[in-house]
Amino acid sequence: MSAREQQLLAIADDELFLGWRESEWTGIAPMLEEDVAFSSIAQNEIGHARALYQLVVGEDGDADALAFDRPLEEYRCAPLVELHLLDWAHTIARRWLYETADEIRLAALKDDSDRAVAGLAAKIDREETYHRMHAAMWHDRLKDEPRFRDAVEELWPYAVGVLPEELRADLAGRIGLTLPSNSLLQAKERGTHTDELAPMWEEMTEVRRSAPAGAQW
Amino acid sequence: MNEWEVFRRERKGQPFEHAGSVVAPDADFAEAWAREQYGRRGESVALWLVPRDQIRDVEDWADEFDLKYRRVDGYSIKARLKEARERAGTAAPGDS
Repeated sequence: MSAREQQLLAIADDELFLGWRESEWTGIAPMLEEDVAFSSIAQNEIGHARALYQLVVGEDGDADALAFDRPLEEYRCAPLVELHLLDWAHTIARRWLYETADEIRLAALKDDSDRAVAGLAAKIDREETYHRMHAAMWHDRLKDEPRFRDAVEELWPYAVGVLPEELRADLAGRIGLTLPSNSLLQAKERGTHTDELAPMWEEMTEVRRSAPAGAQW
Repeated sequence: MNEWEVFRRERKGQPFEHAGSVVAPDADFAEAWAREQYGRRGESVALWLVPRDQIRDVEDWADEFDLKYRRVDGYSIKARLKEARERAGTAAPGDS
């Protein structure tokens, strides 16, 4: 797999697993209106993943197979999106950190010399604009709450692990925290996985794996 | 948390119509949530969000002297027209 494909897969896997994690709030978000909004964002992220997988496999390729049929060690998602977060403060902290990181890497991709990649990045970014509004509004509301500050600090090294090294300083500037030391980044970098990935993947692919290959849905 | 009344415009050039409401802590949350509830499926080209407490309610009218001729449903001129036509010796339009 080329470096370019690895790069696109990293983003696609981030969006797929984060979309899945966030869809776990459907039905139990703190307010009914937020439940609908949050579920909608989760759905959008999975849509972005699909478009990216399709770009990797080509127009006639099987995006589902790429998304669901790889062995676990081939998934390229960052540990941040794997975490099973059970409280709203952490969930919103991750949402805000992730969107800020995602904006930085999408901005870089929008200038890509490959027009298909640049075009898709621009298209994704137009939807992310709304996600960023949503994240910013929650951040503004919660930023002085100790629970939220603690959650941001706890997740900060994971958020750094989302981006390649050359983009991290920009992220630190936007979030207003200093980059963590290498020892703090251990096990939070892309390429490593948390123990939470396996059960999530099992659940995500359970129905698909239960049917013989090639089954029509 | 405050209530916001949401009005939506379905197509360009059409009037805004009341769509429903959202309960939100401020204007930004109201906007984000109204976008989801009333715009996500392409059913609106524009929304208005109005704080409920900025709306003046008007619900009562005094009509103590039964001036029913002022009401849209209360004043029939059919009988008077007939009478006037008979006086003038003309037929109603459409009658032969």
